[in-house]
Amino acid sequence: MSDTDNTDKDKEPIPGMQSLLDNTFLLLFIGVAVPSVIYTIWGVMEVANIPLAH
Amino acid sequence: MSMSLFRTCPDTGLKVHGPAESLIKANAVVAVVFLALGGLFGLLVALTRWQAVHLLPADLFYLALTAHGADILIFWIIFFEIAILYFASAILLNCRLAMPKVAWLAFILMLVGALMANVAVLQGDSSVMFTSYVPMKADHKFYLGLILFAVGALVAVMVFFGTLVIAKKERTYEGSVPLVTFGAVTAAIIAVYTIASGAVILVPTWLWSIGLIGEIDTLTYRVVWWGFGHSSQQINVAAQVSCWYAIAAIVLGAKPMSEKVSRAAFFLYICFLLLASAHHLLVDPGLSSEWKVVNTSYALFLAVLGSLIHGMSVPGAIEVAQRKNGFTQGTFGWLRNAPWGNPAFSGMFLSVVLFGVLGGITGVIMGTEQINLIIHNTLYVPGHFHGTVAAGTTLAFMAVSYLVVPLIFRKEIMFKKMAQWQPYMFGLGITGLSVFMMAAGTLGVSRRHWDMAFSDATMTFDYPPAVFMIMALNGISGIIATIGGGMFVIVIVASVFFGKKRGEEEVKNNPIVHQGGGTVAAHGSAESLHIPGTIVLVSLFFGAFVLYYFINWKYLSEIWPLS
Repeated sequence: MSDTDNTDKDKEPIPGMQSLLDNTFLLLFIGVAVPSVIYTIWGVMEVANIPLAH
Repeated sequence: MSMSLFRTCPDTGLKVHGPAESLIKANAVVAVVFLALGGLFGLLVALTRWQAVHLLPADLFYLALTAHGADILIFWIIFFEIAILYFASAILLNCRLAMPKVAWLAFILMLVGALMANVAVLQGDSSVMFTSYVPMKADHKFYLGLILFAVGALVAVMVFFGTLVIAKKERTYEGSVPLVTFGAVTAAIIAVYTIASGAVILVPTWLWSIGLIGEIDTLTYRVVWWGFGHSSQQINVAAQVSCWYAIAAIVLGAKPMSEKVSRAAFFLYICFLLLASAHHLLVDPGLSSEWKVVNTSYALFLAVLGSLIHGMSVPGAIEVAQRKNGFTQGTFGWLRNAPWGNPAFSGMFLSVVLFGVLGGITGVIMGTEQINLIIHNTLYVPGHFHGTVAAGTTLAFMAVSYLVVPLIFRKEIMFKKMAQWQPYMFGLGITGLSVFMMAAGTLGVSRRHWDMAFSDATMTFDYPPAVFMIMALNGISGIIATIGGGMFVIVIVASVFFGKKRGEEEVKNNPIVHQGGGTVAAHGSAESLHIPGTIVLVSLFFGAFVLYYFINWKYLSEIWPLS
């Protein structure tokens, strides 16, 4: 491969999805936030809202 | 950076960081010790549930069940996964491990925690089982042991992320991380949520066990605990899939069908896999149908899509590689001529098939709110997770061990004949365990029950007579699986401590890495989509999937008639 090819390749914009998948700490945030909100927080709120028996 | 800390692997050509290698060895050895211990407890459980044998009295049965669950589902699996994380970061990225001293501290914390929990269980006052549901109270050492283990594991995961940062900063790789490393990133992310959930619920439970907190709400405990208990098994899924890709690349030079699609499948795991924890709570009061359905029947299916992608991509990659290697005869020539005598390959392929058929399909059944009712909290549930954790993860980790010993420990595998038969023996036993437990569960046999005959119960209850035979077959399968597990421990321990040193001559005469084995640390997709054999296999799988799914709706209509 020539130097010109390399330069062209370097100039190619990185696709958005690849940028996302290359960003480990953004993935870490998504991977912790999604289950925390949809499973844990929502679930605990439902349990906390059960009326107490009198 | 001192280069003396590195060696170049004569098999793979990869640069190996000495401290990382030592930590991989330590974590892998301790993992195998806990596998042996937990496996023996599992045999005792299976022989007790075999009604004609009924080996242990009730108190020892629950002790053995607790030890089996903790040793296999937590300690064996997570010690081995930490070894995988260090391999997938420092070794595959050709860089140094971040903070080796901190990594050793993590190892010591995990080891002390695991030993402390085991001692608490063996003392007999912590037979609360793996789930340790409150208000059952274990000795405080049990909870403290689990907390120390979790803190150690979290520190080890941070070392992994630190190593990724170092690799990127020092430019030891170009572009994206390799697919196997990306799978390990997925496992590590899942581990962070899992361990955090464990800390959130186990710390107050420990304080409750020493009297500093008055009570723990049982429903809240169950919600948060399953964020730890089920998610810890999802770390396995991501780690085992990474092992599948790694073994296929090392043994056959296989590349994924589409690297982009495989990465997207891992991304589905990151987003949705953890929500499947909710299937354990589908009959719990207080949680709405909206919460249950969103967490299982919708989100879970997106994670299943990820597994379906991997389930096609891995055999497809193997088929393309085999055809490229010259095995082009007919639809299944590539499969017939696969290296079935190589335990790394056979263990991996069995893991793919058994995980999909036994664990995958049944996971969807359990994740569907309506049909879950048929089998909820029956023996079907352990049947399912023996299909995922034992047949899927444990078999995959056993398979990769046959590569770790020569590549990392630099030792030749001993007792080669025994090693060749081991994955089949273990796979057969675990398949029996999984199938017979699910069959008994479908007939209503409850899980975790010492005496299914209810011999001293006030109210009598009779199961269909067939379940006693099924539970006997389950016990026999447990014996076969234990023999298979014992063969693994013997081969690996003997090879590590007494095996012949793997020098340049062995590398030349007994190559274990395929010519293109460097693909494990590289990028690229298979250049062909000609996979007729894989398409037939996947079609058979889907046929079985659809049939079994609708059979369960038929069962439901019989149990719960609506007319």
